Amino acid sequence: MAVLRLIWAGWRFHVKSLTLSGFFLLTSSVQPILFATMAYFMFRAGSNEQSLLYVALGSGLMGIWSSTLFGSGGAISWQRWQGTLEVSIAAPAPFVLVLIPITLATATIGLYSLTATLLWGKLFFDVPFEIAHPLLFALSIPATILGLGMLGLVLAASFILYRNANALSNLLEFPVWLVTGLLVPLSLFPGWVRPISWVLAPTWGVRAIRDSALGEGAPLAAIGMCLALAACYFVIGTVLIGHFERLARERATLSLT
Amino acid sequence: MRARARSNLRIFFIGGYIAYKALFNWMHPSYYLPTMLGAPLFQILFFAYIGRYTGLKDDAFFVVGNAVQLSAMAGIYGMAMTIGGERWTQTLSQLLATPASRLALFLGRSLPLIVNGMVTSVFAFAVGWWLLDFSLALENIPTLAAIVAVSAVACTAFGLLVGAIGLRARDVFFLANLAVFSLLLMCGVNIPLDAFPGWMEAISRVLPLTHGIEAAREVAAGASFADVDHLFWTELGIGAGYAALAYGLFRFFEADGRRRATLETM
Repeated sequence: MAVLRLIWAGWRFHVKSLTLSGFFLLTSSVQPILFATMAYFMFRAGSNEQSLLYVALGSGLMGIWSSTLFGSGGAISWQRWQGTLEVSIAAPAPFVLVLIPITLATATIGLYSLTATLLWGKLFFDVPFEIAHPLLFALSIPATILGLGMLGLVLAASFILYRNANALSNLLEFPVWLVTGLLVPLSLFPGWVRPISWVLAPTWGVRAIRDSALGEGAPLAAIGMCLALAACYFVIGTVLIGHFERLARERATLSLT
Repeated sequence: MRARARSNLRIFFIGGYIAYKALFNWMHPSYYLPTMLGAPLFQILFFAYIGRYTGLKDDAFFVVGNAVQLSAMAGIYGMAMTIGGERWTQTLSQLLATPASRLALFLGRSLPLIVNGMVTSVFAFAVGWWLLDFSLALENIPTLAAIVAVSAVACTAFGLLVGAIGLRARDVFFLANLAVFSLLLMCGVNIPLDAFPGWMEAISRVLPLTHGIEAAREVAAGASFADVDHLFWTELGIGAGYAALAYGLFRFFEADGRRRATLETM
């Protein structure tokens, strides 16, 4: 119960604080709208008759990935700059439980982008918002957020080893949009791309959201994959964070940027 | 007079180089490679694959559009950060207290960014040639290089305008991001201009990059410089216009910031 309370309180705090950040406003609202506009024009002007709702949902997921990537990837660096890392680690709660609300919050903030792209599409591009399976759609969103939030935990833990976490975030934005099939189906890519896409939560998140909205495929299986991956990421993230924390304490390098 | 000219040249070259090294960590491979080369590589692939899926245009359209657009990235972010960074590190007042020519100071800072933009652009063309269906005749390379250079200059001037607004605006980094993404949307990088409504096309015609990209596409398809010289000069003119506007705005905000003592208000 105490664990859930900690996660809930941390999540609420970080969602509020990220909502006030200009950078996250850009990443989670303005940037997805600009990319969605590009995608709408490209799909409209092209010869492919894919529905614009497909495009709107994919663009929204792009925003969720961006906010998770930049928010979670830089979570520990930001704590270092703000001087709160030592305090967080010295707290009686395990550090991973301090970090999870941050990574979940960064993924949650991405919901602004899904809302923004759907609204933008509806207002300016006549994108129909008709959900084939509302219940599954409602389930697919928290499952996707959880999947991406836990992937964020792995990113936060891995980026510790890299001094310029921001640069790595810059690098990883487009390739994940590409290999998780957010706007382009995976069948267009060489076969070796697919195993990479299978271990990335956005692949299953977009499938769950899109299949439940458009009434195609098997959204329940995709939701299940999101949850299963979230569990795997949690284990990997916890091990990595524990390892980092031990090394940082031993070497007294916690506050070094 | 000669001493002043020498001083301005020193500020232009040495000051610009030091500012580039000091303000940006881009010189370090761990930052430069992922940001200035890695991200562009995937940006080109991303849009080229959307193009293939939608059947909008061939790979060459996206390679040329994005390669020229990528020359803008360093100029816009760099110039915006030149001023935003000085505010952030609380050194803007000292900088503006010096008698150094503002023109030499900021134009000097722009030179490494133009070169940087061109390097990114060359890399992007190479990626297109290597990984996508894009080729370029050797005899067209000098003309294309000139077009990329003039586009990088125009975008750096646009970046200077963003930086000048940053003297007043609270979050210059937000503005710089917005500027880069808006150019990506509006300048025909990935969308043919005729797919836009009239008002968007009209805006795109007064932005940097639009004419540069149009010229680069024609040259990549085999046109000579004489065929695209009007686009080249228009791009240069637009760049000069933004540079003049940026300089005027910078001096205005500088004077206003001094009067109100708000130069370093974050």
